Amino acid sequence: MIELKDATKWVGNVIHIKPTNLSLQTGHFNVLLGATGSGKTSLIKMMAGLDPIASGKVFMDGQDVTRLNTQKRQISLVHQFFVNYPHMTVFDNIASPLRVAGMAKSEVEGRVEEAADLLQLRPMLHRRPHELSGGQQQRTALARAIAKESRAVFLDEPLANLDYKLREELREQLPDLFAGRGAVVVYATSEPEEALLLGGYTALMEDGRVTQFGPTADIYRNPENIAAARVFSDPPINVARITVFGAQAALEGGGGWAVSDMADGDYMVAVRPHRVTPFRTSDADVELTGRVIVTELSGSDSSAHFRHGSDDWVSLAAGVHPYQVGEDHSFYMNPAHCRYFGQDGKRVA
Amino acid sequence: MRTENQKAWFFVLPVLALVAFNALVPMMTVVNYSVQETFGNNQFFWEGLGWFEQILRSDRFQAALGRQFLFTFLILLIEVPLGIIVALSMPRKGVWVPVCLVLMALPMLIPWNVVGSMWNIFTLPKIGLMGYFLNDVLGINYDMTQQPLSAWITVIVMDVWHWTSLVVLLCYAGLVSIPDAYYQAAKIDGASPWSVFRYIQLPKMKTVLTIAVLLRFMDSFNIYTEPFVLTGGGPGNSTTLLSIDLVKIALGQFDLGPAAAMSLIYFAITLLVSWVFYTLMTKDDAQ
Amino acid sequence: MAQIKLSNLRHSYMPNPQGPQDYALKEIDVTWRDGGAYALLGPSGCGKSTLLNIISGLLTPSEGQILFDDQDVTILPPDQRNIAQVFQFPVIYDTMTVGENLAFPLKNRGVDPATIKRRVDEIAEMLDVTDMLDTRASGLSPDNKQKISMGRGLVRDDVNAVMFDEPLTVIDPHLKWKLRSKLKELHQRVKATMIYVTHDQTEALTFADEVVVMQEGEVVQIGTPVELFERPQHTFVGHFIGSPGMNVLPCEAKGDRAVFEGHEVMLEGPTHGDGGRTDLGIRPEYVGFGDTGIPAHVTKVSDIGRHYVVSAMVGNTALKAVTEHQVPEPGSEVFLQFNPEQSRVYRDGWIATEERAQ
Repeated sequence: MIELKDATKWVGNVIHIKPTNLSLQTGHFNVLLGATGSGKTSLIKMMAGLDPIASGKVFMDGQDVTRLNTQKRQISLVHQFFVNYPHMTVFDNIASPLRVAGMAKSEVEGRVEEAADLLQLRPMLHRRPHELSGGQQQRTALARAIAKESRAVFLDEPLANLDYKLREELREQLPDLFAGRGAVVVYATSEPEEALLLGGYTALMEDGRVTQFGPTADIYRNPENIAAARVFSDPPINVARITVFGAQAALEGGGGWAVSDMADGDYMVAVRPHRVTPFRTSDADVELTGRVIVTELSGSDSSAHFRHGSDDWVSLAAGVHPYQVGEDHSFYMNPAHCRYFGQDGKRVA
Repeated sequence: MRTENQKAWFFVLPVLALVAFNALVPMMTVVNYSVQETFGNNQFFWEGLGWFEQILRSDRFQAALGRQFLFTFLILLIEVPLGIIVALSMPRKGVWVPVCLVLMALPMLIPWNVVGSMWNIFTLPKIGLMGYFLNDVLGINYDMTQQPLSAWITVIVMDVWHWTSLVVLLCYAGLVSIPDAYYQAAKIDGASPWSVFRYIQLPKMKTVLTIAVLLRFMDSFNIYTEPFVLTGGGPGNSTTLLSIDLVKIALGQFDLGPAAAMSLIYFAITLLVSWVFYTLMTKDDAQ
Repeated sequence: MAQIKLSNLRHSYMPNPQGPQDYALKEIDVTWRDGGAYALLGPSGCGKSTLLNIISGLLTPSEGQILFDDQDVTILPPDQRNIAQVFQFPVIYDTMTVGENLAFPLKNRGVDPATIKRRVDEIAEMLDVTDMLDTRASGLSPDNKQKISMGRGLVRDDVNAVMFDEPLTVIDPHLKWKLRSKLKELHQRVKATMIYVTHDQTEALTFADEVVVMQEGEVVQIGTPVELFERPQHTFVGHFIGSPGMNVLPCEAKGDRAVFEGHEVMLEGPTHGDGGRTDLGIRPEYVGFGDTGIPAHVTKVSDIGRHYVVSAMVGNTALKAVTEHQVPEPGSEVFLQFNPEQSRVYRDGWIATEERAQ
């Protein structure tokens, strides 16, 4: 378990990580999700002991490690860039942390081979990193992290520099690779889709703060504030202004529905693009008519960007739907999937 | 609120000690000399800023300073554009790259006093290859031991020969760091070779060029060994640069007070001009 | 704008290529309509960048021709082809303002100042950068820099094509979406021929009217996004396009049936050919759950928000299904139903079933 208690990080006079409390459990896959510059890498470096903490504390398995050296924390770190020792073979690369720890030769061999098998590196054990493809190099780095059997494994956007399909394959393996190894896995990414596919727990990060933390699917469905909803959406979530009057919500560009437990006033409504479809999905659907600005057809899905009042909306639906750019089309949205936020961005319903 | 680990200072201590021993102590000695008069025997008399005034007012100092500025100005004027041109014309890929780099580095590897002697012998009329060629083959009246102009030309050509490589290598490093995409984009945008230089190569070389100019300024402004070995400051005082003059006063005449004051003035000028250069050249980035 | 025709194009980086294995780009023959949006899609090393460089003129092909509106440009240098290109990392002129960056290609071509101003204003408006026209370009964020590089391509009205070389690599995901839509919008407005090179299927499919899928220097399939998704001609296309990709399951085939792990599966139509490695290809989207069907053991269920991805084992073969509503429990036993219209047989990778006559 890793715990951060009111931990902050300053660089000069600029605060990079605002007071953060976070508790990450052993055996779970924990995703840090946020845009570039939101503080994911900083948080990882604080937990790994690579960056000093200005105030607050870090605990690992209940032990205060705030002032403990990185070397003594028993952790592994895999970077976005492929970091391997260029002059060593794959075998030696994987074995190096074990040798440093003074492990017996026979045990080193066993561990390396086990890790190599998990990552399908067996045939490459005697090659050097430059003879490997990007995917193989990153698998070598992952194998090193696995063989080491650390208390915590930090993966900082490890798939960012790989091809799309390669990313998909490796991503699928990742949770299984670390399952049952007794390590806290922390995975930083800027892609919401990646967080969903990895499952486990997710901490949403924005501007040096963790805005929400919890089981990944929960957070996705129940964002606490508009910022969290925006960070955890791909394609970007639709956000529009509504006015509530007498338990009736009305969009500026027309269209309304009944709401409950909301006082009269102005709110923001957020609804995911795949909940706005060019066909009715239920009797409760609200019809929105808008002029289509852009359409994208991806084979499996069709998406349309349309303007409703002064708001831009995106609809995403499975299958092929012919839209005419510049024409008005009708879209449907079930209010059950709407999330409401106050002017301050906090969730109200 | 934040706490900081003060441990890092321990690691800086050895360097501090070294710098103190190396620079601060001698520097303080110089400051000490500059405000006093001594006749040996460890006897000192307070002079105040007298030496400084005397030096600044002296024709000898002003003339040496003028020569020093002229020299630095000329070599910067020649070496910087020449360095850029050579760097631009060097190959960026292929087997010739290491050959060119080694050739460029060669002059800088030669000890400074050897450079002076080499050029001295090379340019002597009758004996030296260049001296002989100019005088006896081309019929040009050239003798750097007799004519100030010949001496100046020789000193400058020697410095260009010795140090242009530094500018070349720095610029070259800047050039090779430009991704191919920039050249391709420029081609596609229809940019002329001049535009490519002006809008891609020069901006990307700017940082290294700043370093190159600063280094060349400081080095050339403080130059001593090569011209001293080559001309000894002559004929007459025509190539007596500031440092040569300083040594003459300090060691030749053993006027420690004036020499110390002159050193400090010298140091202040170097610092001031470097700072002005640096601020001017990095001004744009701050915006 | 122009129609682009690649005729029997081949390229090898070796001076004397012996066999097909020496070619980085094997035989390609394709015509791209004037004003169309096209994508070259494939994993790294598939030859798509080679092809891109051949089209833009940075590379001369070993064999074949490139025609712009029937004019042979095979040996013309890049600046004479009137091509614009947007690179992986944004290329901007640091010392210039945004406006000067946009004006640069026109200025170089001696366009009169009034026209330059009009074009720059037009493009800036399209890209939503009007308010930054006077700021120095070096301080911009990566997505804005990339917009400016795009703008420099679009500002000229004489370009034959605009090429994009993985332009969204350095852009954050949520901005990627915006920039991609912006690009699509631009294409719908300016109607330039655009060629987009990427390894990201989503980018390729959402951008292009027609996608060229490449593998190991070879064109595997050319088609609209719908064609590539609905009826992949090769298992590679099926796997590469779609997320998760098509299930490729070893089987035996006879007539219009396939036998997979002992279970009979109806196919879209009769198979042809025989021998070779035989696989059944079906997309996870077309694998459903029912009360009867192929018995399977559910190993994992991933909730990815929009829908669930179910991993299951049938005998010793793993496959995936995508479902929105009926979500089985991990570890449970279920029955899978394959949509016959979307079940096909591939022999040695290539499609071997015929579409049933409608």
